[in-house]
Amino acid sequence: MTSTTEILRETAARLLSTGAVEMVIGFRQGTVPMMNEPCFVRKPAEAGLLVWDSHCGINLANYVTDRKEKKIGIVAKGCDSRNLVTHILENKIRREQLVVIGVPCRGMADKRKIAMKCPGEILRVHETETAITAEGEGFTRTFEKADVLQHNCSLCIHRNPVIHDELAGEPVEEQQGVDRYADVRAVEAMSPEQRWKYFEDLLAPCIRCYACRNACPLCYCPTCFVDESRPQWVGKGQDPVDVRTFHFLRAYHCAGRCTDCGACERACPVGINMRLFTKKLEKDCLELFGWEAGLSLEVRPALDHYRPNDPNDFIR
Amino acid sequence: MEHMGIEPGRLQFSWISSAESTKFVTVAAQVTEAVRALGPNTRFIKPLAEVA
Repeated sequence: MTSTTEILRETAARLLSTGAVEMVIGFRQGTVPMMNEPCFVRKPAEAGLLVWDSHCGINLANYVTDRKEKKIGIVAKGCDSRNLVTHILENKIRREQLVVIGVPCRGMADKRKIAMKCPGEILRVHETETAITAEGEGFTRTFEKADVLQHNCSLCIHRNPVIHDELAGEPVEEQQGVDRYADVRAVEAMSPEQRWKYFEDLLAPCIRCYACRNACPLCYCPTCFVDESRPQWVGKGQDPVDVRTFHFLRAYHCAGRCTDCGACERACPVGINMRLFTKKLEKDCLELFGWEAGLSLEVRPALDHYRPNDPNDFIR
Repeated sequence: MEHMGIEPGRLQFSWISSAESTKFVTVAAQVTEAVRALGPNTRFIKPLAEVA
């Protein structure tokens, strides 16, 4: 993994010093362990700030929305690159503005899984290709990386960037035979009453902080529907009906666009798996329209394109 | 909506041209019947604040 960091620094320095890009968006070490933060590098000398490890989960596509720079270098994992494709298709950035520095990704670590298995506060974290070691006051724990991956990463089938101009490292082997929708099917198998109860329990801890919306690269509306007050689409309080309305409308806005990057779940301070909503839509899109978001710049998205054989059995 | 626990049949879609009056009547009758069979809605109901 260190080598990826070195390649990224070298690439960023080269692109900046030749004037190929005005800035590079990447990750730098966070102030606390396992929390790398986005960073905008504008000078070749600052390229040394960039890092790459298993804690670069944030989706950087979120930071290019409507940017005016003529050339932007951006570090992109598989999911980030799919969101960049979505951004380009939705005219939130032009392809010519981007120099995509692709990073073949082996999945990002779930900081909560690691923290839960440690007896105290984690002060230092380091890693090898397959293992992550967390150290704190009086303890050292080593985990197999495969055991502490984010849930969406463990199910990922697009680890290599779909678009890139530079590539930091060799492409990785894609996971085969992954059952992506086991959890959605489990919900589908329930009766309506059970489902209603299930989601009631799922959303009960929600504090309406909107971190899931803010972390999501798809949520770029200047004024979100939840912030509108004329008209007020949804109540702003903790009423379970309003909480649920927010969550399912947020999910609907991501229909046919969500790449299951996991940004929403990662950002949630109370650990709600709201991906269960977006994944249902993703599954339906795949089954009904054979569509997966952000794989190609050539194909128009499912909701943007009419085909005579589109399923319409639900209309009578 | 049904994934979230709304009963199947409570939410219905149709496409009726303004010229298709008989279709409108038929569909409206069918929808009313289907929803009546399900009984009163219990989901997505928000009690209004009580004002003294």
